[in-house]
Amino acid sequence: MMTKPELMKRMVKGPDGLEFEVDPLRDYYCEAPPTVMPGAYIQIVEDFFNWARSQSLWILGFGTGCGAIEMRPLMTPRFDAYRFGVAWRPTPRQANLFIISGYLSTKTLKRAIRAYEQMQNPKYVIGLGSCTINGGMYWDSYNTIKKLDEYLPVDLYIAGCMPRPEALLAGFEEMKKIIRAGKAEGANQYAENFAWYKANQKRVIHDWDMPDYNW
Amino acid sequence: MAMKELYARLKALYPLGELTDQRRDLAFVTLPAAHLRDTILHLRDKEGFTHLVLLTAVDWLEEGQFQLTYLLNNRQRACDLGLRVMISRDAATMEGIHDIWPTAATYQRELREMFGIDFPGSPRIEEEFILEGWNDIPPYRRDFDTLKYAQEAYAERPGRVTHDPETHMRLQMYPGQHPAGK
Amino acid sequence: MFDMFPPDRSQYPAAKPDGTLDIDLTSGKYLKLWQGPNHPGITGNMSVELTVCGDEVVEGKTHVGYLHRGFEKLMERRTFIQVFPIVCRVCVPEPDFNEYCYAACVEELAGIEVPEMAKWIRTLILEMGRINSYMMYLGGQAGALGQGVIGQWTTYVRDLMLDRFEELTGARIYHMFILPGGVRDTLPDGFAGRMEETLREVEKTLKDVYDVMFCNAVFKKRTVGMGVIDPSWLEPYGVTGPNARAAGVAKDVRKDAPYLVYDRLDFEPVTGTNSDIYTRADVRRRDVWVSVDLIRQILAKMPKTGPVMAPIPNVLHWKIPRGETYVRGECSRGEYGYYLVTDGSGTPRRINVRGPSYTHAMALLERMIVGCNISDVAALMVSLHTYPPEIER
Repeated sequence: MMTKPELMKRMVKGPDGLEFEVDPLRDYYCEAPPTVMPGAYIQIVEDFFNWARSQSLWILGFGTGCGAIEMRPLMTPRFDAYRFGVAWRPTPRQANLFIISGYLSTKTLKRAIRAYEQMQNPKYVIGLGSCTINGGMYWDSYNTIKKLDEYLPVDLYIAGCMPRPEALLAGFEEMKKIIRAGKAEGANQYAENFAWYKANQKRVIHDWDMPDYNW
Repeated sequence: MAMKELYARLKALYPLGELTDQRRDLAFVTLPAAHLRDTILHLRDKEGFTHLVLLTAVDWLEEGQFQLTYLLNNRQRACDLGLRVMISRDAATMEGIHDIWPTAATYQRELREMFGIDFPGSPRIEEEFILEGWNDIPPYRRDFDTLKYAQEAYAERPGRVTHDPETHMRLQMYPGQHPAGK
Repeated sequence: MFDMFPPDRSQYPAAKPDGTLDIDLTSGKYLKLWQGPNHPGITGNMSVELTVCGDEVVEGKTHVGYLHRGFEKLMERRTFIQVFPIVCRVCVPEPDFNEYCYAACVEELAGIEVPEMAKWIRTLILEMGRINSYMMYLGGQAGALGQGVIGQWTTYVRDLMLDRFEELTGARIYHMFILPGGVRDTLPDGFAGRMEETLREVEKTLKDVYDVMFCNAVFKKRTVGMGVIDPSWLEPYGVTGPNARAAGVAKDVRKDAPYLVYDRLDFEPVTGTNSDIYTRADVRRRDVWVSVDLIRQILAKMPKTGPVMAPIPNVLHWKIPRGETYVRGECSRGEYGYYLVTDGSGTPRRINVRGPSYTHAMALLERMIVGCNISDVAALMVSLHTYPPEIER
């Protein structure tokens, strides 16, 4: 495998004339792995938080597969997902719900992991389409993953190829119930089993050229 | 008819193989790799085949050969001519045509990655095109088993059942009958 | 084209003797910027690696492969009828062309004659899909320049058309209707009347889109004269479809080599002259009118009854003798084609999908993007109307 020259350690001369070493694979801002976020001290406060969280699901607008085409009708008045507090955001920093819209090739999986890790807590993942559940149509493909929850903590799957917008709306409602019941602990699961998730991810992504945790 | 005349004109210039008339407006012809470049230039400049439709490869594993297909289109006469070039499967190398059609560079990159056919001098040929971190034999080769690779590389969810279509249909249509009964 | 930039080009990279630019990334004058795959200004799941000098792009490289599923390999493992349900997944916004091209290839090699009625229904479906695809494009082109409302309108119209699809085929996106040998069913009762209602809505929206988008001063200012495809690039870069028609070349497979029933329909390919982003958008807008007209003609002229499916062999033992063929059609983006090679066994030897985006998004875009402003990259990319899944399959 060819190592990319821009990813190798090198000496860089700063604007003040000082030379220093740069390792592009290191995250200089935060090297700490993710931590488990404890709930509120009192259960009723935590319930209130969960209720508030369930009312604003902000989706990361990253169309990873063909399911993304059914997202667009959801934004129009006919289906109008906005009335459920669902909105689409362009960047991971503003989103708390990641919809994996269909099959993930290993190349996209790498970007999806990065986008997921950049999202702020609390965060949720929905797997959309049969291909995220067991590979679906692409069960024998050499380039798509077959079981999404090996690599990212999935809270909810929506089956179908492809699911209709109504199925997505029902999925959002179901997601809200899960959040209100306090069972949407995907981010904490990810933090607890961080080593297991990383091992799974690294087994399929052969050129891992990014920090272990993309904060 | 027009294809036959074109073939006769070409045959006088280059050592071509047999002409396969597929349709009124589509024909395939085999030619040696050494004459490909001249033939393509002649077809493009003199015969009006100015549009490269596609460039792809077929793996004839049993014969130990790759077939490269250059499909050219003549819009004025609304006909296509496919040039077949057979090259050896081991150490597969071919001369690029990216200087004749710049868009061929993309096809050659794909062939290099998916079939392992090298086109020396083609732009960005060494870079990864579609796959990332691929560590097996090129996937479009016939001896690459995608199911085996998928089962080894990816975790599978238990519970998937695969039926042989014939046996399954027989059981569906004639329940109670022994599946092997003809 | 570049008069908005200051004449001082001292920062601009010098050209090497072979014509490429001499870009030294360590000099601090240039910046590497990735647009995509997670970016609102990108057409689907692909990315462009930009090298910028100020806000001007000096080099752009397209990166694809994020949607690669290995279709051409998967098809080799499946029997001819098992390939049929997966071909439509190759291209999401306009899946019917995959079904048609694959079916036509198989029919040609297996020597199956398609009934007359099936040909008309196939043409109808392809034209309906074309309207859908253009509607997505118009919304995307306006959205790339900040006009969100156009996308809301066109998505609404596309939804109406998807309802017609659902009525006809039972599915919204992946119809799986055109199978080797014919189509699955005839038109439902009263379909023509409901289609006429939908077409009226399409026309109404197109008029609104023209008023709000094409007469908008900002849209004109940002698109007229931008992203010009030189007519001399058409052949070297394999440009087809509306991108070529906007450059004044009436390349249209429907007219050049009529397939299905296009030789019995009355239409003229839409062409433009300026070959910039505005003209390409305008050609596509006018092409929707052509499609609307074609659907009306089809519904009026098509036979009322008749078989829709030719007899095909037992699909479990279907073997096709050795041969190869290529079938093309004019999809909304250009020439779409399937190259099928059979070897006498029950599975295809090789299937190659020739999507128009393959040439448009790679070689052509990399050529055009040089000298473009960063904020115009999205508009330029959308104006080529590329769909990544058909590049990498």
